[in-house]
Amino acid sequence: MKRLAIIVFNLSLLAAVGSAASVESVQFETAQQRSLYSNLLTELRCLVCANQSLADSNADLAKDLRSKVQNMVARGQSRQEIIDYMVKRYGEYILYRPLFSRATLFLWISPFLLVVFSCVFAVILIMKKSRQTHPYSTKQLQKAKQLLEDESN
Amino acid sequence: MNRFGLPLLVFLILIGFLGIGLTLNPRELPSPLLGKPSPAFSAPRLLAPQQNFHNAQMNGEVWLLNVWASWCVACRTEHALLMHIAQHTTVRLVGLNYKDDAADAVDWLQRFGNPYSIIAVDRNGDIGIDYGVYGVPETYLLDKTGHIRFKQVGPLTTGTLQSLLQMIEKLHEETL
Repeated sequence: MKRLAIIVFNLSLLAAVGSAASVESVQFETAQQRSLYSNLLTELRCLVCANQSLADSNADLAKDLRSKVQNMVARGQSRQEIIDYMVKRYGEYILYRPLFSRATLFLWISPFLLVVFSCVFAVILIMKKSRQTHPYSTKQLQKAKQLLEDESN
Repeated sequence: MNRFGLPLLVFLILIGFLGIGLTLNPRELPSPLLGKPSPAFSAPRLLAPQQNFHNAQMNGEVWLLNVWASWCVACRTEHALLMHIAQHTTVRLVGLNYKDDAADAVDWLQRFGNPYSIIAVDRNGDIGIDYGVYGVPETYLLDKTGHIRFKQVGPLTTGTLQSLLQMIEKLHEETL
């Protein structure tokens, strides 16, 4: 238990290093703006390095977009306004969490479908296995028993 | 038969999806700006810094906006095609010098030739963000009303050039 705690603690340190490495330190007037800013950075995708959010990326474009977000937050624009601004220019792809729409429906429900299918598959398999009769005939089993007894005598 | 049939079926489906995946270009994103009016901008000109270029001054013309920079390696491969467009077609080519040093940009043009009729400067990339630029070079095709009709991310190629010229031809015939 103690060891697990140490591992978890170390991992959390790693995570802190990873996210702090690339983001410039910025100043805001209120704590609210600060948290909106850092929240938006994890919600928006860096388009050059598709599997990183703006908070994770060191790319030039990510830096530019970060400073754009910073300016918009400092100007007092709302979360939705900033997200709309980005989507209007870069498309829905810039959202790190895809929207739930008809185009992304399969993407969202496929993990659940997979779980359901595997459960059904497992249940069928188990039922089949438990219903299965012994692979050896009674005659063969008797013979085996006989041999074992002979051996022990 | 069933013992192998099911895994084989799953395998084939998987191969099918992976095969489709190979034919797609994950870097190609549909621009939400297609069919929309191009974002307005006004920026100083690279070769005449005291003058400003405003994109509205191109209204009534079919034109290309090419985002480039001297630090962009792919821009160099594209350059020959841009020269071809400048010399052999009537479409006006406007350059947007993106996040570049002015001296480097002028030097680049002197060395390789200048295919642009006008070059606007986007020093800190703000216009780029407005246009959703994420991979230089990018090329936008604008119609007579200033709507974006086509966008190419990455360098133009001889293959895309052909269809681009056809599109330009068609847009020329559109009346205001």
